[in-house]
This record gives sequence, structure tokens and C-alpha cells, in this order.
Amino acid sequence: MKAEDIPLIRKIIRRNKRLELLFAVAGLVALLIGVLTFVALFAQMAFAGWERITPEFFTNFPSRRAAQAGILSAWVGSLLVMLVTAVSAVPLGVASGIYLEEYAPKNLLTDIIEINVTNLAGVPSIVYGLLALGVFVYTFGFGQSILSAGLTLGLLILPVVIVATRESIRSIPLHIREAAYGLGATRWQVTRDHIVPYSLPGIMTGVIIGMSRAIGETAPIITIGALTFIAFLPESPVGPEFPWVNFEWLTSGFTVMPIQMFNWTSRPEEAFQQNAAAAGFILVLMTLAMNAVSIWIRYHVRKDIKW
Amino acid sequence: MQETNSGGAAALVPHGPLSVSDRLAKKALRHFKERLIELLLLGAAFVSVLTTVGIIWVLVSESVNFFGTVSIWSFLTDTMWTPLFAEPRYGILPLLAGTLTTSAVALIVAIPLGTTIAIYLSEFARPTVRELVKPFLELLGGIPTIVYGYFALMVVIPMLQLLMPELSGFNMLGAGIVMGIAIIPYVSSLAEDAMRAVPMSMREGSYAMGATRLQTAFRVVFPAALSGILSAYILGISRAVGETMIVAVAAGMQPNFTVNPLEPAQTISAYIVQVALGDLPHGSIGYQSIFAAGLSLMLMTLALNLVGHVVRRRYREAY
Repeated sequence: MKAEDIPLIRKIIRRNKRLELLFAVAGLVALLIGVLTFVALFAQMAFAGWERITPEFFTNFPSRRAAQAGILSAWVGSLLVMLVTAVSAVPLGVASGIYLEEYAPKNLLTDIIEINVTNLAGVPSIVYGLLALGVFVYTFGFGQSILSAGLTLGLLILPVVIVATRESIRSIPLHIREAAYGLGATRWQVTRDHIVPYSLPGIMTGVIIGMSRAIGETAPIITIGALTFIAFLPESPVGPEFPWVNFEWLTSGFTVMPIQMFNWTSRPEEAFQQNAAAAGFILVLMTLAMNAVSIWIRYHVRKDIKW
Repeated sequence: MQETNSGGAAALVPHGPLSVSDRLAKKALRHFKERLIELLLLGAAFVSVLTTVGIIWVLVSESVNFFGTVSIWSFLTDTMWTPLFAEPRYGILPLLAGTLTTSAVALIVAIPLGTTIAIYLSEFARPTVRELVKPFLELLGGIPTIVYGYFALMVVIPMLQLLMPELSGFNMLGAGIVMGIAIIPYVSSLAEDAMRAVPMSMREGSYAMGATRLQTAFRVVFPAALSGILSAYILGISRAVGETMIVAVAAGMQPNFTVNPLEPAQTISAYIVQVALGDLPHGSIGYQSIFAAGLSLMLMTLALNLVGHVVRRRYREAY
């Protein structure tokens, strides 16, 4: 290396360091845009809707007068729809995941199911709404009910639950299975006593992520024809007399939080925008809480497992 | 394999609590139970196939009815979408233009930002920063789209109107920008996963040759992860095309044959929502039209999925 090269090399190094710094700043700015949007969105809704978030807001039905309108039918509806979604999607999704990881032979049928799950994850949610409108509402005759909405969202989050179950099962080392089989356990015994319990934290994470997506879904539920103005509650699922449960609520008309918010957002009056902000704030809090739980499970419960 | 021990055990213990025939009967029962469970699990897995079959059946059967009234040719070439007029016209082009314009705006926002975030997190950020930021991005991806729609209408469009006073209160630009922010997490997390999967030895080789982190990121890691990054982009595009509530709230509900993002317009998905909000009777032509619109949407996302598949095959780098 010649002596006169050294300043040149130093110049190149300086330039590269500058470029590097520039990119690091660009990366931080891009991250900040994301984070700031989140903060702005949350703060704006909290600020605009703050006055409306009172106990009455949770116990009042929607009303023509913005100041008296509340989200009672919306949050009850969301809760009941989520119940149907969980009851339909969790067993189906977990069972599918178990089948694909532990049971499925390498054949055409398995390939079809796998490709199909991948593709379903990419189908726009509104198309699920059309499926539900054609099949659940009219062909099966469930009508525009909580049952139709819950099953629709159940199908919608099925790929999320399946993928989470599979990933979680895949992380269980093979020697766990070999030890159980070596002691004479059948495939189902291995699955029931080892695979499912060990993969439970991962499955829970997936289920919660799926549910937090379902609770905010608006388009498919509008498509099946949910009403936007509901001033009654469905029949209570728990009755005072034997057998203490009834299923009439399944066929009831309903509204959910995101639809209530959409309804208020599309009104021109300022006062209803305030209600929309308040409803949106609560909706985001709900999804945040669900996401926080899943993140917590991932970082704390999973870490404790040492194979 | 797991049943083989019972025969040998029976031979060794002839006067055990169970006779041989009892043991065999138990084994047959156990075998039956195992088969039954396997069939049940297969049935559960098959529900997803039935879902796809159901989607195709519903979309195609209702669209066939629709195309019995409206010819496919006029559906694809007519530049007017006026289903509620006395003389309705069903040309998909205005809705298609709206869908593509909002998606294009969204991608102009999401792809550069998402890629920058992915490269930054995978190659530059310290692990603590990454662990802190990733959940935040996930939360951004988990916000309900109706909330983004509200945000576009109440915050982003008024801000744009400060810059461009003549801008209408509903427009594709505002909706597209917010939609772009909403899909950043999808793009960035998949692209980051792809880059993190590139073996460390390749980076070490590059550093050993004297390359900086930036040079390594752009000339070694990015090309090596190209197939994964491109599939992240394609997922982003298919999200944008199918996105409904942001455009339904903020882009206006008027079909408008234009690609000017400053104007209001309707997308395919927003049209479906608009019809569903009204009270069209089952079996009417308006009812059928949303299935034809849905079929178009489905075909677009299907085509994108296929492109993604080809891209993954073609640009796959194996180590």
C-alpha cells in the first residue's frame, strides 16, 4: 500500500460511515412513522371520545340522540359472536393442526389440505362474508344471526389457529414422542398426554391473535346483513330454570362493536363522530389487551420450557 | 408399531389378570378407537377444504345467474357502474380502477417503509431494540381496519386538505396512505423473517472482505432473501386489494372511472359493503352483482397467490 493511498482510503471509509448513519436514521424514521401513527390514532380517539366514555355509554342502547347513545347491544353482541367463533374455530383448528403434524401421511390429500390452508389465509375477509351470505344465511337458513356471524369469523380465523398449532407442535423435539411410543403409548395417547399439553402456550397465542383479529372484523359481518341499529339484547344464554342454558340467542339479530363504530363514523354530525371515537377507543383497547396477553404468553410461558 | 408388545407380554404371563382373548379384544377396541380419532381429525382438517369449495361454489353459482342477465363482455368493458339507476349498467372497470389506485397508493407507502424497517431490524438494530419494536409493529397490524378508516377520515384527510385545500373530504389518496400504514407490519415482518433466515456465514464473508453493514445488507442479504421479500410484497398487494373498511369509510362510495388518487372513488370491496348495508332482496340482480364483484376480487387475489408461488420457486436461493 502506498502512502498517498491512505487519505483516499480514509475518505472512502468516512463516506461509507456517513451512508451507514444515514440509513440507520432512515430506519429509525420509518419505525417512528409506524409508532407515531399508532400513538396519534390512539391519542386522537381518546381525546375526541373522552367525554363520552362514561358508565352510561356501556349500559345504553344506540339512540337517535348522540348524547344518549351507548354501546350496550354492540359489546354484548361482540361477546356472543366471539363465543361462537371460539367454540367453532378452536376445536376445528387445533384438530386440523394435530392431524397435519402428527397423523397425515404424505399423499395428495395432505398436499391439497396444506396448500388450501395457505391459500385461505390470503382470501380477503369480505369474500368470507359472501360465503356466509350464500351458505349460512340462505342455504342453511341461519338468517342474519349471531350464529351466522360467529361461524363466519370462525372460518376466517381457522388458518391462523391451524398455523399456530402446527408451528407449536413442530417445536416439540422428536425424542419426546419416541420416549412415549417406546413405552407402548398409542398415537392418540402421545398426542393427548404430550403433544397437546406441551404445545398449549403456542396454540393459546395463535387463538388469541385470531380472536383479536375477529373482534375487529367489520366487512364480513356487514356482508351477512347485520343490522346497524339494534335496541334490544339477545336472549340470555343462561336461564333461571333447568337446564339453565338456552340457545335462542344464537338466532337473534345483533350488532357488534366495529359495526356500531362504522355506523357512527358514516354520520355527518359532529356528536356522532365523538361516539365513534369513544367506541373506537374501546375497540382498540380490547384488541390491545388481547394482543398484550398473547405477547405475554409468548415471552414468559414459552421461555420456561427447556427440552 | 405401538401394538406389537401386547402379544409377547401375553405369552410371558399366561395366568395374568386378563386372558389372551380379552387382551386381543382390548387391542381391537383400542385399534378401532385410534382409527376413529384419526378420522375425526381428518374430518376437522377437511373443513378448510370445504370452506374453499363453498367459496367457489357460492361465488360461481351466483355469478352464473348474474351473467345470465349481464353479458361478460359488457361487465369487463363497460365504463359505468350504476346498479341503482333505472337503467342499471354493470361495468367493473370503475371499481377496478378504484381498487388498483388505492392499492397503488398503499404500496407506494408500505413497500419502501416496510423494506426499510425490515432491513433496519434485521441488520442494524440491537436485539433489545428489535424485541421492543416487534410487538409494537404487531399491534399496529392488529388494529381493526374500521379504526384505520376513522383515522383516515378524521385525521389524515383533514391534514392533506391543509396542504391541498381543494381536496374533497373523501379521496383515494388519504385512504390509500392509511391502508399503506396498515399493511406495513405484514410487509416488514415477512421481509425481516426472510432476511434473518440468510445464514450468518454469508454476512461474515462479506464483512471479512471489508464491506460495511449497509453494503452487506443491500448487496448480500437482500439478494439472498429476495424470494421471501418478494412474497412479502405480494402478500401486501393482496391485502391492499382485498381491504374493505378503510376505503369504504374514507374513499367515498361513488363509482368513478379514474386513476387520479385525489378524487373519490369506490373499490370492489366497498361496493359489496354498500350493497350489503342496503336491503336488496335475495335473488335480485343487485344481490347477484355483489357475488360477481366478489368473484373478480377472488380471481385477483388468486392470481397474486399464483404469482407469489412462481416467484418463490424462481428466486429461491438454497444454502
